Amino acid sequence: MIKRIFLPLSLALVVLGLLYVGLGMDSRDLPSPLVGKPAPDFELESLRDPEVTLTRDDFVGEVALVNVWASWCDTCRTEHRYWRQLAERGVRIHAFNYRDQRQNAERYLEIFGDPFAQIAYDPRADAGMEWGVYATPETYVLDAEGIIRHKHIGPVNADVVREDILPLIEQLEAEQT
Amino acid sequence: MSVRVDPKPAPPQRSALGWRLRALGIGLLLVAAVALAAPAGAVSIGQPLDFETEEQEEQYYKLVRQLRCTVCQTETIYESPAELAADMRRRVYEMTVDGYSEDEIVDFMTARYGDYVRYNPPMQMNTALLWVSPFLLLVIGGVAWIQVVRRRRLLAAQGELTESERRALERFRRGD
Repeated sequence: MIKRIFLPLSLALVVLGLLYVGLGMDSRDLPSPLVGKPAPDFELESLRDPEVTLTRDDFVGEVALVNVWASWCDTCRTEHRYWRQLAERGVRIHAFNYRDQRQNAERYLEIFGDPFAQIAYDPRADAGMEWGVYATPETYVLDAEGIIRHKHIGPVNADVVREDILPLIEQLEAEQT
Repeated sequence: MSVRVDPKPAPPQRSALGWRLRALGIGLLLVAAVALAAPAGAVSIGQPLDFETEEQEEQYYKLVRQLRCTVCQTETIYESPAELAADMRRRVYEMTVDGYSEDEIVDFMTARYGDYVRYNPPMQMNTALLWVSPFLLLVIGGVAWIQVVRRRRLLAAQGELTESERRALERFRRGD
C-alpha cells in the first residue's frame, strides 16, 4: 500500500514544490543582458536645458547610478527619497526622464526635490530602447568605466539600498582606487 | 465734411471664403502628409504600413508575432497595446525596411531585452529543460503505462477462481 502511493505522492510534492517556488518569483524581474556590458550610447536633450545635448559621456566617469523615472510614475515617488538621501551622501545619480513632458517633469522635481546630477529627457524612449528599459522605475549601477554592473527593476526600498546598492557602490569605488 | 476712406478696402466676401478654403486645403494636405509619412513615433495596432517588397511585409508580420512585449508578458508586440510594444513595432518596421534580416532584428531585441523577448526561445543550456520536458513527460507516461498493462496481464494470468471463491462470488451477486 505504502509503495503504491509513494510514487504519485512524491510526484505531487515535486509539482507543489515547483508551484511554491514559482509563487515567490517576480515575473517582472527579468535578467538584463546588458549587465556586464558598456552603457549604451544615446543623444538626448537635457531636461533642465533643451539647448544642452547629453550623451553617454555625461553619465560616465565615476561610479554612478542611473535612474529611469517619469512624473506619471507613481512608484517612482516612493523611491525618490532614497535618491535624495543617497545624493546627500555624495552618490552621483543621473537620470532618464522617460516618456514624460518637460513641464510635468520639472514640476515633479520642484515638489519632490532634485537629487540628480544630469537628467536626459527621453520623451520617445529612444535611449530607453537602447538601455532595455521596459517599465519605470529602473535603476542601473555604472562603474567608473561606464560598464553596467547591476540593474534593479521596480522601485528600490531601504533594504535594496542598504543590501544591494550601497555595498556595490562601495565595492566599485574601492576597485577604482 | 469728411469722407471716410479706408486705406485698405476690405477684401470682398468671396475672397475671404476663398482664403479660408485654401487654409483648410493646406491643413488637410499637412494631415495627409503626416499620415502618409513613415511612422515617426510609434506604430499603433493595425496601422497600415508601407513596404517596398512582399518579403519585407512577411518578415515584419512574422517578427511582431514572435517577439514578446516585456511589459504585458503574455502578449506579443503584434497585439499588445503597451507603449513599449508600439516602439518595438516601430523599430522592427524601420529595421525591416532598412533591409535588416530576421536574425539581425531578433538579435537586436535580444541584446536589449534578453532571451525572454523571444516567444520562440533558442535551444541553450538554460532552456534545455523547456525543450526536453515534453519528451521527458512522454517517457515517464510511457513507462507508467507499460507498468500498468504488465500488472494487469499478470493478474489475468493468475488463472481460474477456486471453488470457494466462486461460491463467495455467487453469494455476493445474489446479495446474501
